[in-house]
Order: sequence, then structure tokens, then C-alpha cells
Amino acid sequence: MNSSPSYININKEWDIVAARQLARDMSKKLGAGTVDQARIATAVSELARNIYLYAIDGKIYIEAIEKMERRGIRIVAEDNGPGIPDISLVMEDGYSTSGGLGAGLPGVKRLMDEFNITSEEGKGTIINTIKWVR
Amino acid sequence: MDTTKIDASKYKMLLKSYIESQNEQSLYGAEQITKTFIKNNILPEEIVNLHIQALTELYPDLLIEFKHSMNFLLETMISYGLAHQEYQYLREKQSQIKSEISVAANVQDTLLKTTVPQIDELDIGVISVPAHQMNGDYHHFIQGKDGSIGIAIADVIGKGIPAALCMSMIKYAMDSFPEQLMRPNSILENLNRVVERNVDPSMFITMFYAQFDPDSGKLFYSSAGHEPGFLYNAVTKEFQDIEARGLVLGINSDSTYKQYELQLNKGDIVIMLTDGVTECRGGKKFIEREEALDIIRQYIHLPPQEAAEMIYKHFENLQDFNLKDDFTLIILEKKV
Repeated sequence: MNSSPSYININKEWDIVAARQLARDMSKKLGAGTVDQARIATAVSELARNIYLYAIDGKIYIEAIEKMERRGIRIVAEDNGPGIPDISLVMEDGYSTSGGLGAGLPGVKRLMDEFNITSEEGKGTIINTIKWVR
Repeated sequence: MDTTKIDASKYKMLLKSYIESQNEQSLYGAEQITKTFIKNNILPEEIVNLHIQALTELYPDLLIEFKHSMNFLLETMISYGLAHQEYQYLREKQSQIKSEISVAANVQDTLLKTTVPQIDELDIGVISVPAHQMNGDYHHFIQGKDGSIGIAIADVIGKGIPAALCMSMIKYAMDSFPEQLMRPNSILENLNRVVERNVDPSMFITMFYAQFDPDSGKLFYSSAGHEPGFLYNAVTKEFQDIEARGLVLGINSDSTYKQYELQLNKGDIVIMLTDGVTECRGGKKFIEREEALDIIRQYIHLPPQEAAEMIYKHFENLQDFNLKDDFTLIILEKKV
């Protein structure tokens, strides 16, 4: 019963708030606890902020999913930005936090249950994450 | 019941007791339960959540504005939770690196192991202590087929692991030199070429090489920019610097080194050291070479090994048991 995904275009800072709101509404509807709601919203915030800061333009897709009798929320961040030349570097702890850029992608990975990233230089980046609702 | 549930009910109990009587005992209980939270990696947002749940169960009629404020607090804790996890990960990584370094230090100790030669003419004392895990000082003894004793002492300008790795290279280069080349000046000339060719230009090595001939009692030596040693004259009971000129290893591949000689008489003492000894820092100020010598003088009447150890202990104490630089001291006493 995977619902069709809703998405938010990210190109101004205000759109980050809208993406958070959409994710929170969805996670509430799925019955996520307060802590999980806050974690999902923070993850969406980080992903949307990355698009806003580095790619200028992109989308956050949010959908409810069900797999093997588990329910969860899938968040996909997709942009047509410059891409990430060295993924292992941005996935390294301390890389973004030391520059004061926030939790960064390792933070998103910790907040969510599943995390997957593909990026092509000059084409863009797709980050696919899932949080299962307990 | 899992531990989180036990903790949750315990937390609720402590909170209730505190709200009712503000007693110190429940605060002590809070301190204790925090320790189990930390041990079990409970994140700040989960603690806030625990608090909200406990409060709602104890006081179901809580002001809605207050409940909202607690949720607000929970949101602000998420980033702290992430930062906490990151620190933890980095801490684990750090301790892993530390243990790798300590393995490397053991390997280095084995590689650079040297035995103090035992001969009737010379009593030798030696101590070498690294400031950090790996030693950037190096000393080595070679007993030649002709009965001579070669003594090398070196210091890498630069610290830590790269410096220590560099020293292994010196050792293996020296091992490869043929015995007839084991004269102080030719050793330094050969090593200089090896260092110049193989070592990063930002790294330099100073070295003092001495060769003692037991038959004549003569000490031949050359220096590549190394901290001058001291000679103690048994008759006058005076110290003098063992001056020797020569360029630091690794600067110019054509450097040549002058060889000097000293006649040692019974009771004379030669002291070779690294700048970790003469530039040791006591409190905020550096200790001058003169002051270092004053300390050495206090122990010079002891047998060389004992003297070396006592001098080290003295400096260690002076530096509050926290060496700033690698410390190597070699004491040779002519016995007959």
C-alpha cells in the first residue's frame, strides 16, 4: 500500500520548513513517537539544507512505505547540483561538524535506519533513506 | 522487562519523590541513573522523552503549554544527541589509533634494539626515553671485529611517528655499511647521502658518532650538527664541551665530516646526549646547557648506568613527569 510520494521543491530556505512539516505530518500519521518524529524532521532538515546550500535546486520526496509488515517513511533527496566528488570524505565523522555545518550526512545516516547515496559529478546527487516506525 | 523500562520506572519514581519533597536523596538517585544512561548510550532526546512520559503519567492534567514546551526542548536535543554520537565514534577511533601506535612502538623497539657492549676498558651507561609513544631519538652500539666500539646517537628534528620511522631507516642503512667503512667520518658521509635521498626535505637528522679504540684508549668522533657532548676530566674534575663541526644530515649530499680524536685516561667520562636533555623545560622556562651540566655533575661520581638513571629521574621530576622531548643520555667511563 505504498502511497504515492509527495514532494517539496527546495530552492529557498523557507522550503526547508515546508519539507520538515510534510515529514512530520507523515510520521505522525504513521504513529511515530515524539523522538522519532523529531529525528525524521531533523534528517529532512539536513537533507533539504544540503540542497539549498550546495545544489541550489532539488526535491525532497516523502512517502509512507510498507515492507514485510513493517511500516516506515521513505525520504529521498534529489538534486541536479554539482555532485559529490568524494563521498567517503563527506561521510566521515567530523568533516562537516568541524566546519560548523551541522550534523551533515553522517548525522542523517544516524537519524535514519537505512541510508544510501549515489552521486555523479556535474549531474547531481540522490540520497535515499528510510526510517521504520516502531 | 528490559533495562529501559526499569530505568523509566525508576526515573519516574525518583522524579515523583523529588517533586513531593525536594530531597537530596532523589537527586543522588538521579545522578546514579544518569550514569547508567551514559553507559547504555541513551541520547539526550531520549532522556527528555523519558521525562515527558514520567511527568504525563504522574500529572495527567499538566498544562498543555507546558507539554508543548517539553516537546520543544526534545527537538532542540536532537542535534546534541548527534554530536554526542559523533564524539563517541571519534573517541573509539582515537583509542584504536592509539593501540595501533603502541603496537608500532613495540615493533620499533624490536627493530632498533641494541646491546650495550661489555668490555674491560669501558663502562657504559645508557638511558633513552620517548616523550610520546614513539622515540625520535636513536642510539646504537656496534662492536667491531677489531675490538673497537662504535657508538651512535641521533635525533630527528621533527617529532612523533614520522621521526620514529625515519630512525629505522638510519639503523638499516648503518647495518648495510661494510666494516672497513665504519669510521666516524665515513659513516656520517654515507648516512648523509642516504638521508638526503630518502627523507622528506622538512626532516633533518643530527648525529654524533664515536668510535673507541680499547688498545690506545682513543676516542674518534664526528658530528653532524649534533648537540655537543661533555668530557669529564678525572684529574682536574672539570667538564668541557666535546666540540665538533659538521652539517646536519640530509641538507647537502656532498657534505663531508671532519674526524676528531680524544685521548681518554683512566676515570675520564664521555657524555653523549640529545637536546631533550639540554633543552629540557622546567615549568615555563627552558633549562640552559649550563644548568643541565650542573645536574649531571651531581651524579657523575656514580657508576655510569646508575648515573644515567638518576640524571633522568632528576629531569623527569623537573618537568613534572611529563617529558616534552625524547631524552637520550649515554655515559662512557674509561676504567683502566
